[in-house]
Amino acid sequence: MPPAIAPTAPAAPAATGAGGPSFGLSEDQELLREQVRRFAEERIRPGVQERDRAHRFPAEIVGEMGEMGLLGMLVGEEYGGAGADVLTYAIVVEELARVCAATAVTMSVSNSVCCWPIARFGGEALKRRVLPELAGGALGAFGLTEPGAGSDAGSLRTAARRDGDSWVLSGEKAWISNAGFARWHVVIARTDPAAGKRGMTAFVVPADAPGFAVGEPEEKLGLRASRTAPIHFNDCRVPAEHVLGSPGQGFKIALATLDHSRIGIAAQSVGIHQRALELAVAYARERVQFGVPIARHQAIRFRIAEMATELAAARLKTWRAAIAAGGAGAATDVPEAPEAGRLAAEAKLFASEAANRACQESLQIHGGNGFHDDYEISRLYRDVRVTTIYEGTSEMQRLVIARHLLARS
Amino acid sequence: MEIQLNEEQLLLRENVRRFADEVVRPRAKEIDKTGEFPRRFFDQAGELGLAGVAVPEEYGGGGMDTLSYSLVIEEISRACANSGVILSVNNSLVCDPILKFGTDEQKREFLTPLASGRKLGCFGLTEPGAGSDAASLRTLARREGDGYTLDGSKVFITNGTHADVALVFATVDPEKKHRGITAFLVPTDSPGFHCGVHETKLGVNASGTTELRFDDVQVPARQRLGEEGEGFKIAMATLDGGRIGIASQAVGIAQAALEDALAYAQQREQFGQHLADFQAIQFYLADMSTEIDAARLLTWKAAWTKDQGKRYTLEAAQAKLFASEMAQRVTNKALQIHGGYGYSREYNVERYFRDARITEIYEGTSEIQKMVIADWVLDKA
Repeated sequence: MPPAIAPTAPAAPAATGAGGPSFGLSEDQELLREQVRRFAEERIRPGVQERDRAHRFPAEIVGEMGEMGLLGMLVGEEYGGAGADVLTYAIVVEELARVCAATAVTMSVSNSVCCWPIARFGGEALKRRVLPELAGGALGAFGLTEPGAGSDAGSLRTAARRDGDSWVLSGEKAWISNAGFARWHVVIARTDPAAGKRGMTAFVVPADAPGFAVGEPEEKLGLRASRTAPIHFNDCRVPAEHVLGSPGQGFKIALATLDHSRIGIAAQSVGIHQRALELAVAYARERVQFGVPIARHQAIRFRIAEMATELAAARLKTWRAAIAAGGAGAATDVPEAPEAGRLAAEAKLFASEAANRACQESLQIHGGNGFHDDYEISRLYRDVRVTTIYEGTSEMQRLVIARHLLARS
Repeated sequence: MEIQLNEEQLLLRENVRRFADEVVRPRAKEIDKTGEFPRRFFDQAGELGLAGVAVPEEYGGGGMDTLSYSLVIEEISRACANSGVILSVNNSLVCDPILKFGTDEQKREFLTPLASGRKLGCFGLTEPGAGSDAASLRTLARREGDGYTLDGSKVFITNGTHADVALVFATVDPEKKHRGITAFLVPTDSPGFHCGVHETKLGVNASGTTELRFDDVQVPARQRLGEEGEGFKIAMATLDGGRIGIASQAVGIAQAALEDALAYAQQREQFGQHLADFQAIQFYLADMSTEIDAARLLTWKAAWTKDQGKRYTLEAAQAKLFASEMAQRVTNKALQIHGGYGYSREYNVERYFRDARITEIYEGTSEIQKMVIADWVLDKA
């Protein structure tokens, strides 16, 4: 059985001067990175291509990640979680995504958009019931998007009406990661049709709730080993204490959750980018054309230099956003920095766009081989495409960033 | 990882920003137009301890770290890119190599006046035929008795019109290529040392950029920096540090452009609404902010790596490459947001756009940065 992760101590202060910026990781973070990299190479890498081809969800590997404590990293220790800080979480996502972006998003979704909002906004009794399960390895999911409500999440139509001590949900959610494997779902539904964005409420819905049903899995361009499916609510009944925050706060909770989850997608993008660079370097050194390894051609060298530079920038932006999002036990204790929302949107925008460019360039360096299914870069090229789309398209990130900039100046 | 500046750095940034806003910015447009070298700015910066920010106090410097130095160059460049590069050259390209490679005597004689701002330094590496290929320089250093005689010329020397001391790279034997290159500290009032007139350029037009000519300039051996043949190594190590300065300059220029663009977009109305209400303009602003922050982080990381005493060639090249290209994109978009007014000299954004262009060229072109980065990623990793 893989070892469980230890709670992470804060990074040691910089060696010189009294504080000030520093760019190293703490010893614990370095150790965990090593450990997760080894796990990803030994347990996730074997069979990664077959799972992609077969659209097969790696339930056994996800189970192991649960045992390691990776699925509830952000949950506080008092609820059975690792109490990790957001930076540590981002490092783990990066390492998983470097080997399999599909497995990384499965983990990231459970942490960022299920554990986090429950820990942040849930009542004590709900947290005591749900969080230990999630931290112990049960999967989580998040239901916001609907067929007619993507970027315009405020237009969602899934409705919930109060009935005694319960709420009754009806409607449909689309593109739900982990649907069918998840035990707990954070679902945003409309509770007051007249109140617009203030008429929405966040619910925690278990997979065995009456009236809850999962539809047929989607076939996707990439991330084929992650599960994505619609969810149907047919008069689905949940107890009143399953409301996060209070009725009417659902949209606010959804936006706060996305602010947070963007760091996970930024980290996923960095992991894919890192691997695309490694593959380009390895291929360029080994592939001989015109009598020399193509790594000797300046056109190839310059592309690799650009990929490496953008990778360094993307990682720094992601780490910076992670720090702003909070320290250990971030879900409950530590308020995020005032600029956390903008920094997360910038990190997600930059890292996802950079990773897309990197996969494009890496595939180009691979030439015809890169177009072949046997070469890893072809999977990365498909997988990376969604990073500029989900958890807020690049266009939505730009709107969020501009809103922050214009409000400030 | 930690991103918060410490108290000393916060205070420094606040003080430098005030100095930049009150003293440097009011003259920026005028010196750009006239080309007048702002010597008085340099003197004032020296009084504030900014001429040798990261030089220990015992040698007249500010005794701070490289990250603080980066903050200084960003804030000064945000007000005036000319002033930024003048300061950057004195700090990075003259003080830093003397601190690192100089003897105690050289530090006392040369570093102390330079780091305290009593004297101004310039860096003489580039020649008409030796730009990116610095190792092909032809300026000759002939050994004569207890010293050397320099003959040759340099071009594009920032601070050249007003410098008191030049760090000059010459070869003791052109056959030896880069292994013949040797560095010298040369007072500019040495007999046979000639400097040209200020050259009019597309941007950074008040940086005292000129050619230097050496006609049998006598340099005693004690003014040789490092050993014979060590000059190329010294030049390359020095440029690593210089790139942190130029990256900081690029970030400062871009930051100023973003601030002007934000203000203009919220004031200018077209089609019955502010420019800032148009999605296309919002997207430009978002991209600008995103890239500036990325460049600043790369720059700070390079500075931090230097402060850790580690090799930082890769980090500095990445910071310089990204920040300079970012500044070109950001100032271009800022100008676009200003429309026709942006093309007019009335608005500062026109100057930012011209000033940003050089950051992709000096202290190693973007192409040289990519060669350095690729060497590290492909061959040294």
